[in-house]
Amino acid sequence: MTSIIEKVKRVPLVKNVTSFKTVTDIVSHPMEMKLPSWWLIGLVGSISLVLLLKSMIAYLVWEGVGVWGLNNPVGWGFAIVNFVFWVGIGHAGTLISAILFLFRQKWRTGINRFAEAMTIFAVMCALIFPGIHIGRQWAAYWLFPLPNSMAMWPNFKSPLLWDVFAVGTYFTVSLMFWFVGLVPDLAAVRDRTTSKVKQVVYGIFALGWRGANRHWQHYEKAYLLLAALATPLVLSVHSIVSFDFAVSQLPGWHTTIFPPYFVAGAVFSGFAMVVTLMVIARQVFKLKSLVTLHHLECMNKIILVTGMLVGYAYGMEFFMAWYSGYEYESFAFINRATGPYAWAYWIMVTCNVISPQLFWFEKCRRSIPIMFVVSIFVNIGMWFERFVITVTSLHRDFLPSSWDYYTPTWVDVCTFIGSFGLFFTLFLLFLRFLPMISMNEVKGVMPESDPHYEKEGA
Amino acid sequence: MTAREYVLAEFSCPKQLLHVAKACSDKGYKQFETYSPFPIHGMDDAMNLKPSPLGWIVLCGGTFGLLGGFGLQTWVSTVAYKLVISGKPFFSYPAFVPVTFELMVLFSAFATVFGMFALIKLPRYHHPLFKSKNFRKVTSHGFFLSIDSNDELYDEESATTFLKELNGTAVEVIQDA
Repeated sequence: MTSIIEKVKRVPLVKNVTSFKTVTDIVSHPMEMKLPSWWLIGLVGSISLVLLLKSMIAYLVWEGVGVWGLNNPVGWGFAIVNFVFWVGIGHAGTLISAILFLFRQKWRTGINRFAEAMTIFAVMCALIFPGIHIGRQWAAYWLFPLPNSMAMWPNFKSPLLWDVFAVGTYFTVSLMFWFVGLVPDLAAVRDRTTSKVKQVVYGIFALGWRGANRHWQHYEKAYLLLAALATPLVLSVHSIVSFDFAVSQLPGWHTTIFPPYFVAGAVFSGFAMVVTLMVIARQVFKLKSLVTLHHLECMNKIILVTGMLVGYAYGMEFFMAWYSGYEYESFAFINRATGPYAWAYWIMVTCNVISPQLFWFEKCRRSIPIMFVVSIFVNIGMWFERFVITVTSLHRDFLPSSWDYYTPTWVDVCTFIGSFGLFFTLFLLFLRFLPMISMNEVKGVMPESDPHYEKEGA
Repeated sequence: MTAREYVLAEFSCPKQLLHVAKACSDKGYKQFETYSPFPIHGMDDAMNLKPSPLGWIVLCGGTFGLLGGFGLQTWVSTVAYKLVISGKPFFSYPAFVPVTFELMVLFSAFATVFGMFALIKLPRYHHPLFKSKNFRKVTSHGFFLSIDSNDELYDEESATTFLKELNGTAVEVIQDA
């Protein structure tokens, strides 16, 4: 008699992987291989950029914000644009680890560690900018509700203060989520390595993990709870970032569509960054059996969806500007598309709305060169989106006499480039010293991990 | 009193480990533990484990963050440092929602992570099982089961034969000394 159980065919999440040990071997390879020379060159390059960032910050603290290109109507320039840009990139990690986890999207296991690391590093870059933007950086602690001798407390009615709490919480929770996920894998590195130093160092961070089921029981519960907490958190963070703009009275900022529009944009840019980096990493570290084309295709689908959401928001903003009948709002938007910053607006539309349309076609979704180029376009487009929102809304004030044109200075540009140095320094260190794919989770979604698994033909 | 010891055996796959765990429960062992590189579906039931109480800990953490966050903002805005902002009332509770929410999530997350590590009693760097060379496979591809000498039914010889009968390989006795 033939078996009555018919199995639903699913796309395999790992390819050419025969055993659990193979997964460990593949993931450990980048940590054990001979140090590649490009890694060292990349690290030296990135660290030089970190030095650039540090010197720019030192110069800024010494001279004051006058070294930036800010002028009278445009009081928010590169610093705020870069802050929103980096926080946005930081949204893919938690989306992948939390929301896709709750939706039981098992393909997330191949990319979640990578994306979470990216999140943490991007948020670190983001946190620099509001910190140095405040002008008197030595008073940055005033942002926190710390008892002080001045008997002074922060203003809790300000969206900028909400932002401190939102981004601070996001960073802390993402870091804990990432670390909790890392513990079993750090233990795997500890048990695998023959180097005494590595055993001690990884051993310390592995906390003595030994894979006991009484541990897994609480661990899985904790993971689920963290996912359930991080899901509303990730949606709240960029909503609150958007409040920085939306709660003000400025035409072009004062719109109710901002929170969902910002969240969609954040996910869009975050996924684009994951694709950009993953395409390279899976190639150079031979991870193609764990991060398959299927994974990349799924991410490209999300890029298409969120890109369409962002495009819808662009259209809806114009519709509301017209439909509200509010003159200043209409002016702000017509000026955005045709005014002095029209070039930035159309770069944004081309990159964010037009370029992802290629992903309607399966061929494009599965083509490495195409997805790489599109993801770069999206990264650029999303930076320009923040530039357009911030600068175009400000440069035409209510009083035409105060209109001005904002141009960044070399300090603005070098600080931004320097923040990429920080990001890539941390990322290169991560690639070399930590398991960049979650071994325990990948093993857990392999068909062999199911206690009901029967070998083919057995 | 004799030193605490463990009988450790290796099994080939999750399916077999689940089967052995059930057999141990059926025989009446309570102080036994399975070890695997990833959580195995159904193992909690096979070992007769109580559900994790972590949710309650997180509820406490979340409540603390929620009430503490709201309380802090209320106290700051109405007592400690009254600021008139656009003529709004000092107690502008709708404006307190974002920070209250963030602090609730933050303290829930702290409760989750620290609560979890407290429940599983980690960090602990000196477990006797680490003496076994073979056990180092556990985080990569090994499936193990150990029976603890604290168990009422424990007897070194019978536990060893029992695990061998269930096709356990590399059965060894590890003493905590």
